[in-house]
Amino acid sequence: METVAVKKKKKEKPVPFDYSNYIRKGKLPHIWCPGCGHGIVLKSLLRAIATTGRPNDDFALVSGIGCSSRTPGYVNFNTLHTLHGRALAFATGLKMAKPNLKVIVTTGDGDALAIGGNHFIHTCRRNLDIVIMVYNNFIYGMTSGQFSPTTLPGMIATTSRYGNIDPPFDVCKMAEAAGATFVARGTAYHYGELEKILYEAIMHKGTAVIDILDSCPTYYGRFNKYKSAADMMEKIEKEGTVSVKQADSLPLEKLEGKLLRGVLYNKERPEYTAEYAKLVEKAGGSKPK
Amino acid sequence: MTTTETEKDLPRILIYEELCKGCDICAVFCPTEVLELKGNMMTVKNLEACTRCQLCDLRCPDFAIQVF
Repeated sequence: METVAVKKKKKEKPVPFDYSNYIRKGKLPHIWCPGCGHGIVLKSLLRAIATTGRPNDDFALVSGIGCSSRTPGYVNFNTLHTLHGRALAFATGLKMAKPNLKVIVTTGDGDALAIGGNHFIHTCRRNLDIVIMVYNNFIYGMTSGQFSPTTLPGMIATTSRYGNIDPPFDVCKMAEAAGATFVARGTAYHYGELEKILYEAIMHKGTAVIDILDSCPTYYGRFNKYKSAADMMEKIEKEGTVSVKQADSLPLEKLEGKLLRGVLYNKERPEYTAEYAKLVEKAGGSKPK
Repeated sequence: MTTTETEKDLPRILIYEELCKGCDICAVFCPTEVLELKGNMMTVKNLEACTRCQLCDLRCPDFAIQVF
């Protein structure tokens, strides 16, 4: 009897989120492989943007080169697809010229940390008001699976057939050390948590870096004997991470080898475009439009 | 595009065939095993079990499935 009562209560039908306002429909299906988590991350971003309630023209998506950098091609905002690793350089210029625009950079682990490593640390240092989404799939997917700065030791890639010996970067620690004022980690598996983190990052005034654990079933999964895309999501994203809220109550043995997800660092510091406007005023220049 | 029939109070599951790549993520993470991969296409196996939890929609990377 009880179950019937519960079922009757749930009669109101949920309405699926309508993405049509935010995507360029003619561009779908996207080029990402079957099982690639980039699509899930993109959907979380679109929902986060919708929550802000701001018009599409207030946002600009900037990207470099790579699988993750195809994102701006599918979305209905101001978009900019630039050079390999230089997305942050272009984003800096864009933000300085139009400080009211909310600039979001979608970049990959190779794009942001290897080719664009210098741009990454210096953008964090300046605390420029942009959101940097690092789609971290541990490999260079677009160029057929070479190891990247985040590939874990011992893992197989096209350029490390006997196992990788390079120690990886911790994106969050690096961003925090470089001076970013909002640092978080999310995963494609925890889509709801990611959506909340992205919303907070968009509302934050200053550089926000989000390390998003993602899966590349085509290369990383196939080389390293993961059974399927869902298997990768479960092993890397679900079992490989612990929420910051749970971490305090768990014993140390259970945290070993796991990454923390959630907002890891959040602080206020003078923002770069605001400081620049003050400087212009001090020098007697005109106010920025 | 395939649509399941809306008889009585059953949920309506919309699968966009031109977008679905058959990655199987929705079927694996479905708590009530409603979906099944047939060849390269997702199909509805057991509509009665669907609870409209939307997990398939939220974890679909391809904008290919919706539940009403």
